[in-house]
Amino acid sequence: MAKGVKPRVKVPKTAAAGETITIKTLISHKMETGRRKDKDGNIIPRSIINRFTCAFNGKSVVDVSMEPAISVNPYFQFEATVPEAGEFLFTWYDDDGSVYEKKKSIKIA
Amino acid sequence: MNFTRRETMAAGGAAFIASVLPITLMASTNDLISGITGGAETSSSGISLTAPEIAENGNTVPISIDAPGAVAITVLAAGNPTPGVAKFNFGAGSGSQNCTTRIRLAGTQDVIAVAEMADGSFSAAHQTVKVTIGGCGG
Repeated sequence: MAKGVKPRVKVPKTAAAGETITIKTLISHKMETGRRKDKDGNIIPRSIINRFTCAFNGKSVVDVSMEPAISVNPYFQFEATVPEAGEFLFTWYDDDGSVYEKKKSIKIA
Repeated sequence: MNFTRRETMAAGGAAFIASVLPITLMASTNDLISGITGGAETSSSGISLTAPEIAENGNTVPISIDAPGAVAITVLAAGNPTPGVAKFNFGAGSGSQNCTTRIRLAGTQDVIAVAEMADGSFSAAHQTVKVTIGGCGG
C-alpha cells in the first residue's frame, strides 16, 4: 500500500429530491508514472491509481479509468442526481491492489 | 569501463534512435480519434473541452469536458509518451456528462476529448495547450 494515501470528498449534506449536485473528490497519491528515473538512472516503477468509481445507492454515477497522465493527487469534479436519501460510495483502485473507499451520506431537505 | 569502437557505435546508434523515436511515435490527432471511434465519423458539436491556452506547469493542467448525452468520454494527449489520459464512463446516477480533472502534459500539444453518445455516434473536440515546463520528468 502506497504511503500517505488519504481520500477527501466534498458532497453537500442535504439536497432536494431529484436535484443535481456537484461532487468534488481528491485523493493524495504520488501517481508515479513509471517514466521518471532516480539519481542512479534506474526507472522508478509505475505506481498509480488506475480506476476511480462513484456509486449512489449501488447505482453507478461515474467510472473513470486512469492512465499515468493523470496528475499527482488525482482530482475529479462531476455531477450526480439525488432521487432519494442515500449514500455515495467512492472507490479508488491502486496499481498495487489496494482499494481505498470513502462513504458519504446525503439527506433530502 | 572501456568501450571498444563497435560498442561505442552501437550505443551511439541506440541513443540516436531513442532521441528520434518520440517524434515518429507522436500520433496525429486524427489517427488517435479514429482509433477510438473505429473510423466512424465524428461531429464537432455536442462536446466542449475547456483547457488553458498556456499552461506554465505541465504537471497539473486543469481540463474540463462537457458532453450532454454522452455515455463515455475519452481524453487523449497527442504529444505524451503514452497518449491515453483517462476514460470517463457515466452511469445512471450521473447528473450531467461533465467532468473536471487535472492532467500531465509532456509538452505543447493537442488535448483531445472524444465522446461516445448514447446513440452510438461520436463527437470530438481538441485544443492546443502550450506547455512551458513539461510534466513527465526524466
